[in-house]
Amino acid sequence: MQKINLEVNGKKISKEVPDHTILSNFLRDHLNLTGTHVGCDTSQCGACVIHVDGKSIKSCSTLAVDVNNSKITTIEGLAKNGEMHPMQEAFKKMHGLQCGFCTPGMVMSAVDLLKNKKNPTDQEIRKWLEGNICRCTGYQNIVAAVKEAASKL
Amino acid sequence: MASLVGSRVERKEDKRFLTGKGRYTADINIANQTYAVFVRSPHARAKIKKVDVSKALKSSGVVGILTGEEIATDKIGGLIAGWAIRSEDGTEMKVPANPPLAKDVANFVGEPIAIVIADTLDEAKSASDLVKIDYKILKAVTNTAKTMSGETIHDGIDKNLCYDWLLGDREKVKEAFSKADKIIKVDLINNRLVPNAMEPRACVVDYNTASEEITLYTTSQNPHLSRLVMSAFGGVAPENKLRVVAPDVGGGFGSKINVYNEEIVCSWASKKIERPIKWVAERTESFLTDTHGRDHVTHAELAVTNDGKFLGFKNETIANLGAYARVFGTVTPTYLFGPCATGVYEIPAAYSNVKAVYTNTAPVDAYRGAGRPEATYTIERLVEKAAMELGIDRTELRMRNFPKTFPFKQTLVHTVDSGDYVAGLEKAKQMADYNNFESRRKESEAKGKLRGIGVSSYFEACGIAPSAAVMSLGCGVGLWESAEVRFNPTGQISVFTGAHSHGQSHQTTFAQIAADELGVPIENIDVVHGDTDKGTFGMGTYGSRSLTVGGIAIVNACKKIVAKGKRVAAKMLEVSEDEIEFKDGEFVALKSNKKKTIGEIAFACYVPGQRDEMKSPIPEGDEPGLIESSFFDPANFSFPAGSHICEVEIDPETGEVKVEKYTAVDDFGRIVNPMIVEGQVHGGIAQGIGQALHENTEYDETGQLITASYMDYTMPRADNFPEFNLGFTCTHATSNPLGVKGCGEAGAIASPPTVMNAVIDALGGQEISMPATAEKVWKACKNLKKSNSKAA
Ligand code: FES
Ligand code: FES
Repeated sequence: MQKINLEVNGKKISKEVPDHTILSNFLRDHLNLTGTHVGCDTSQCGACVIHVDGKSIKSCSTLAVDVNNSKITTIEGLAKNGEMHPMQEAFKKMHGLQCGFCTPGMVMSAVDLLKNKKNPTDQEIRKWLEGNICRCTGYQNIVAAVKEAASKL
Repeated sequence: MASLVGSRVERKEDKRFLTGKGRYTADINIANQTYAVFVRSPHARAKIKKVDVSKALKSSGVVGILTGEEIATDKIGGLIAGWAIRSEDGTEMKVPANPPLAKDVANFVGEPIAIVIADTLDEAKSASDLVKIDYKILKAVTNTAKTMSGETIHDGIDKNLCYDWLLGDREKVKEAFSKADKIIKVDLINNRLVPNAMEPRACVVDYNTASEEITLYTTSQNPHLSRLVMSAFGGVAPENKLRVVAPDVGGGFGSKINVYNEEIVCSWASKKIERPIKWVAERTESFLTDTHGRDHVTHAELAVTNDGKFLGFKNETIANLGAYARVFGTVTPTYLFGPCATGVYEIPAAYSNVKAVYTNTAPVDAYRGAGRPEATYTIERLVEKAAMELGIDRTELRMRNFPKTFPFKQTLVHTVDSGDYVAGLEKAKQMADYNNFESRRKESEAKGKLRGIGVSSYFEACGIAPSAAVMSLGCGVGLWESAEVRFNPTGQISVFTGAHSHGQSHQTTFAQIAADELGVPIENIDVVHGDTDKGTFGMGTYGSRSLTVGGIAIVNACKKIVAKGKRVAAKMLEVSEDEIEFKDGEFVALKSNKKKTIGEIAFACYVPGQRDEMKSPIPEGDEPGLIESSFFDPANFSFPAGSHICEVEIDPETGEVKVEKYTAVDDFGRIVNPMIVEGQVHGGIAQGIGQALHENTEYDETGQLITASYMDYTMPRADNFPEFNLGFTCTHATSNPLGVKGCGEAGAIASPPTVMNAVIDALGGQEISMPATAEKVWKACKNLKKSNSKAA
């Protein structure tokens, strides 16, 4: 057991967790933040992507104790004062989601991309999202959504 | 009021998904819940000699462990095949028992043998390691083509043959072939695929000890059907004591049609332990136990004349059912496959012969397209090869054999109500700049690359219904759909549908339809689905049936609302009913121009009276309230069709295939929401390209699944695709009042042959099997070099 202190979506949190607790499970089971999804057990699908200190990571392959003292943003923390983030708006506008299961990870990844690259090309977007699997959309409208968000940010 | 049908309405469901508020089964937790882990067979075929749970029972936190013995004692029934297929010789298909927990023998790796229930997931996992099972390992049968000569898997099922089915006329085909100038032949493997919805299967069961009601939250495409099967065949609980809820479901693609072992076992076990149970599949469990798709071995022939007329077609296929026959397992390679195998062509004589076999692999069932991708792959490979051998342009050859008038009585079963195949192919050629392809080929060659182009034209029979037709073919239930439209007194409307959305956007498209019919703002409408306690009944979503069957039930229920509204308005406005016109949400008395809005009518239906006046707005013969329902059973399937064109570029040094251009022109009849339809087509094409170039499910000879994770099974990623170029043509379906056709599966049906035809074209006509991986293509490039240098 270890005590960890985190800031999750702007809220300070302090909790005792078993050492082997995986971050995605910690978010889902301990904090009830079920927007972070788990789609695989080999760190391949990206459904679990969140931001730790502003950078996107796969929360299924990170231990909760390893992110002690960091700032975490999950999909639930992206909207501000009830207003969706431009990336969320763009996904809606461009129909970048169908079943919605890959969506939280996809959006969190895409937000990180635009932090580093203001106007990515189609190819750059596709390359960046290589770690996020979507079975529904064929990715086309996801790429369109990222471009749409880039034009607004 | 502008019509919403036809416009790009943004989705009502998006906000919750985008803000992390979706509620999928694994997100649900119930107070005092336990966790389940299944002990599964590590062997593909083994006798279960003894299951010893004594040590595991003592492990910390264990609440209970149940096995096949207990489930047999409690007479809980097994999983079922939904369609009865008859062999050519008139005998009924052979189906083995499929108990929810294997008791005497395990028939595929991953088949569940025991359920371990504990207070925490970790405790359940630890305890499951302590369950000791003695097996006698038997020789597994895994190879589709060789199964009939393998050991018998199920007692009494000779040659592992479920049925040997024939559709068509062998004699006629023989005669047609005798008149041919040329016989084109192909030997094809339709590679086995894992559907891989991104949300793994899961269930949460809550047993209410007071009401004795079981609530099952589950990842299902058809909750009512699940309830019916679990009640009627599983005997888990009577239907009125079983509530099945399929909340947000993260994709299905056919893999969530079936009732699964875990759902039956957890429901039964929850009642036994009197506590809620939660089970969530790990991805490898999904790979091992979700129903798989395709897996055909086919030999097919097309008889042609020198000027390119098609005379006859035959198709001999072995279809792998896996270890057991499941809900759509037996119909997918027969009635969903055989009739479509002659494609969009006039071919006077044809037959399809399918032998469905059992193997020691996971059950095979419907996967996006179910039977129709296999059919289209067969005929479109043949046609492309015929064009090559006859020296006729591939599009010209197709056009020559397209039917030009509709309805088109297709060779084997269907009467296709509408279509214009020539227009579709012409449009695709133009959008793909087909005529200038050779110059692009030269450009690629100048870079040391090989370029190829491929075409496929398809039609499919979807909107799976009508009841009389499907039941005559062996379906165990009628495939209609139901809807209920509930107008609340204060004006909001709940539309209940028996269809289920797991990505298809019903909350939006069905609301568009209802808004148009009722003349109310779309914001006032909520589409409700996925809960057997809310909607009356439903057959669920698969076979591109939601709109063409379920959507029409909504239209019809709305029409009943309007009809009653008219009667009420007539009484309130003191005119006769035929003087009332309904338009844009208002009932207008034509002569006086007095009107009542539909909201006012709804209010009057619920609050039918007023102070100091003894008068009811409800006409004689009508009742208060404004709720109407409809069960729609269409007269025919719906027949979308289209032509797709693909260009690939191959690097002969690495064998890597790049999809350079992909053009799709489809005819889905009237389109309710173009944005959503485009999304469906994109997703389907991506899955089809996945089949053609990337995905493969591989069992070794002992029956171990080698591709059981995303490390080994190649899921297509964003950088595998170009931007798809979509176009539409439109001929209205005549079998439903909206003129709509199904669109969900078309992309996955048309794209595998389109891509493979392009790859084979680039490789100078060399046959190559799916998936066309870099390794296979690289080898083919070597052969090409050899034969080129010989020729030179
Ligand atoms: S859950 Fe699949 S990568 Fe994290
Ligand atoms: S929207 Fe379903 S997996 Fe991406």
